[in-house]
Amino acid sequence: MADSAIVPGPDAEPPHLLRETVIRPTKGWRSLNLGELYLYRDLMTFLAWRDLKVRYQQTLLGGAWAILQPLATMIVFTFVFGKLAKLPSDGVPYPLFSLTALVIWTYFSQSLTATVTSLINNTQLVEKVYFPRLILPMSSTIRGLADLAVAFAFLLLVLAFYGVWPTWQALAVIPFTLLAVIATIGIGSGLAAINVRFRDVRQMMPLLIQLWLFATPVAYPASMAPAEWRALLGLNPMAGVVEGYRWALLNTGPFPLELVAISTASALVMLVVGLAVFRRIENSFADII
Amino acid sequence: MKNERPWAIRVDNLTKRYRLGGAGRVNLRQTITQTAKRIPQALRGERAPRPEDFWALNGVSFDVARGEIVGVLGHNGAGKSTLLKILSQITEPTGGEVRFRGHVGSLLEVGTGFHPELSGRDNIFLNGAILGMSRQQIARRFDEIVEFAEVAEFIDTPVKRYSSGMYTRLAFAVAAHLETDILLIDEVLAVGDVAFQQKCLARMGELAHGGRTVLFVSHNIAAIQTLCPRSILLRRGQVVADGRTNDVVASYLHAGGEGPARVRRWESGTGPTGGPARLVSAQIIPTDSPDSDLLDCTMPFMVAFEYDWSGAPQEPLRFEIQLVNGDGVMVFDTCPPETLWRQHHPGRNRVVCHIPGDLLNSNEYHVHLVLRQNDQEVLSLPDVLVFELLDSGRDRYGWFGKWEGVLRPRFDWQAQALPAAVA
Repeated sequence: MADSAIVPGPDAEPPHLLRETVIRPTKGWRSLNLGELYLYRDLMTFLAWRDLKVRYQQTLLGGAWAILQPLATMIVFTFVFGKLAKLPSDGVPYPLFSLTALVIWTYFSQSLTATVTSLINNTQLVEKVYFPRLILPMSSTIRGLADLAVAFAFLLLVLAFYGVWPTWQALAVIPFTLLAVIATIGIGSGLAAINVRFRDVRQMMPLLIQLWLFATPVAYPASMAPAEWRALLGLNPMAGVVEGYRWALLNTGPFPLELVAISTASALVMLVVGLAVFRRIENSFADII
Repeated sequence: MKNERPWAIRVDNLTKRYRLGGAGRVNLRQTITQTAKRIPQALRGERAPRPEDFWALNGVSFDVARGEIVGVLGHNGAGKSTLLKILSQITEPTGGEVRFRGHVGSLLEVGTGFHPELSGRDNIFLNGAILGMSRQQIARRFDEIVEFAEVAEFIDTPVKRYSSGMYTRLAFAVAAHLETDILLIDEVLAVGDVAFQQKCLARMGELAHGGRTVLFVSHNIAAIQTLCPRSILLRRGQVVADGRTNDVVASYLHAGGEGPARVRRWESGTGPTGGPARLVSAQIIPTDSPDSDLLDCTMPFMVAFEYDWSGAPQEPLRFEIQLVNGDGVMVFDTCPPETLWRQHHPGRNRVVCHIPGDLLNSNEYHVHLVLRQNDQEVLSLPDVLVFELLDSGRDRYGWFGKWEGVLRPRFDWQAQALPAAVA
C-alpha cells in the first residue's frame, strides 16, 4: 500500500495558476477553437510527415510518383484533347497548357481524397485519444503540398525546356495554391465528417473527382466557355485556381479577375460550411466511427 | 474520504446514454428509407418506436484531490471505460459535467498511435505529439524516455520489428514522461515483465509525489492495491463505494455473484426435463461460506443440481458436467461414479459435484449440463450456469499482469542440498 498522505512536491504549481477545463454536453453549433488547434500544431505536421514517410517507404520510385501522375495525364490529354480533338489552348503549346493545370489539379484531387478518408483511416486514434479532430483533415490537406512542390519543380523544368521563363507574375501561384488549400480543407473536412456516418461518401469520391475534373478548365481553357457562363464556371473554386496558375506561369493574357473573384468567394463559403458541418458532427465521431 | 487539499478532478452527476439497436453503422439508403417510413407515421400522429436506451453512466460524482492516486474498479460493463472515455474527451457525456484543473494527459491503450513502419525515434515524437506534447517538450525528454524504455540500441529500428515487451515499454515511457498535471491510465500493466512493472509503479508514485494527479482504471486488484490509497467502485454506471482501497476491494470481491447466472431456479413443473428427471435448480455454492457471494480461485465450491424424479429408482440417469472457461477451453468433462447412476429417489433429489480450491485459474466459467440414459443424451443445457472466479491477489510475487494458464494449482515444492557425489 502506498502512503495516503501525499504532499505536492516542489515542482507543483499553485492550483490557481492551472488552466481549468470543463467537459459538458454540447448542443448545436460549436466554435472552431483555433487556440486549441494552435496548441496541437506540431501534431498536424507530425501526422503529415508520418503519412508521407510511410507512403514512400518500400516504393521503388518514391517521390517520382509525384511527377508521374500529372505527367502521364498530360501525355494522354495532349494526345486526346490536343491532337485528336484539337482543343484550343490559349496560344500555348498544349502539353504546357495542360501540365500547368494538372500539377495543381493533381494536388487537389489527391488531397481531397486523402482528406475525406482521413478520419476513418485513423479510427484507432479517434477512438482512443483526444486531440482536436480537425487536425486529421488539415494534416491530410497539407501533406500533399510536399508532392506539389516536387511536381512544381518538374513543371518549371518543362517550361524551361519549352523556353518559357517565369516572370514576377509566377509568384501569384502562392495565393492560388492557398486558394486550392482552402477549398480542399472546406470540402474535405465536411465530407470527411459525413463519411464517418455514411461510408457512401468514400465510394462516391472517384466519380466525384472525375466529374469535377471535367467541370474544371484543365483539358480546355476557360475562354472556351461562353462569356455569360464563365461566372458559373467560377463557382468551382478550382476553375479560378487553374486559370490563375496559367496566368501566373504561361502569361495567357489579362488577369481573369472575375473568375478568380467568384472562385475565391466560393472557396471561402465552402470553407465555412465544411468546417461548420465538421464541428457539428464531431462530438459523435468516437461513438459511431 | 474527505480531502482538505484542493481538487484536481471534479466529476458531477455524469451520465452517458447509448442507443441500442438504432445507432451504429447505417448507410445513406437506410436513413432515407427509414425517414421516408416515418413521414406517414408522423402524419397519422404515431411516433416511431424509440431504440432502447442504455445508461452506461448514471449519475457519477466524485472529486480527486491534487496529487492523489485513485483507482477505479468495476466488473466488465460497470462503466469504467465509458468514464475514462469521457474524462479523456474522446466521447461526450449525455449530462453532468467534469472539471479539471491543469493539463490532462491520458495513457489509454499501449501503442495507440504507434506506426509499425516508423522507427522508435519517430514514434516517440509522433506519440508524444498525439498525447499533446510539443516538439520541444519531447526533445527535452527524449533521452529520459529512451532510457526508461530500455530500447536505446533499437531506437532507429522500425517498431514492427520490436518484441511486444519493447513496444509496451516504449509506449509507457512516452506517456509516463508527459508533462501533464493529471494522468489517466487504463490497464497498462497487463503486459511487460515484473521488473518493468515495478518500474512503472514506481514512476507513477513519483508522478504523484511531484504533485500530479493519477486516475488509474483497472480490474486488476493487485495493481490497484499497491498503487492507490483510495479507490472508487462502479457498478451499473453508478459509484457504489468510494474510500480506502482495501474496503472498496472487499465490496468489489463480494459483488462476484451479480451479473453472471450463478443460481438458476425453475418454477415447479417448468424446468427442463431429461428422461424421468425434471430440473428444479442449478447453483454454484462456495463450500466454506455458502451464503457468501465471494468466490475466488483459492476457494472450493460446489456445482449443485436439484431435480424431481418421476421414474423408477433403478432407472439409470447420468449427470455430466462440462466446464468451459472464458477463453473457450474445455477445462474438464466429469460425471459421477457408476454407483450413482441408478440412485434416484421418487420426489426431490440433489446431486453435487465438489470442486477443490487452488485448482482453477481466475476466469469466467460456463457450466454445460448433459443428462444421459444408457449413453443416450436426453438433455443438453449449454451455459446452464455462468460464474466468475476472481483473482485472490495472493502468490503474485510482484507480477501484476494476468496470471497465465488454465489451472492455477498449488503444488508441493521441495528444495534441499544434495550430498556430494561419490566418485
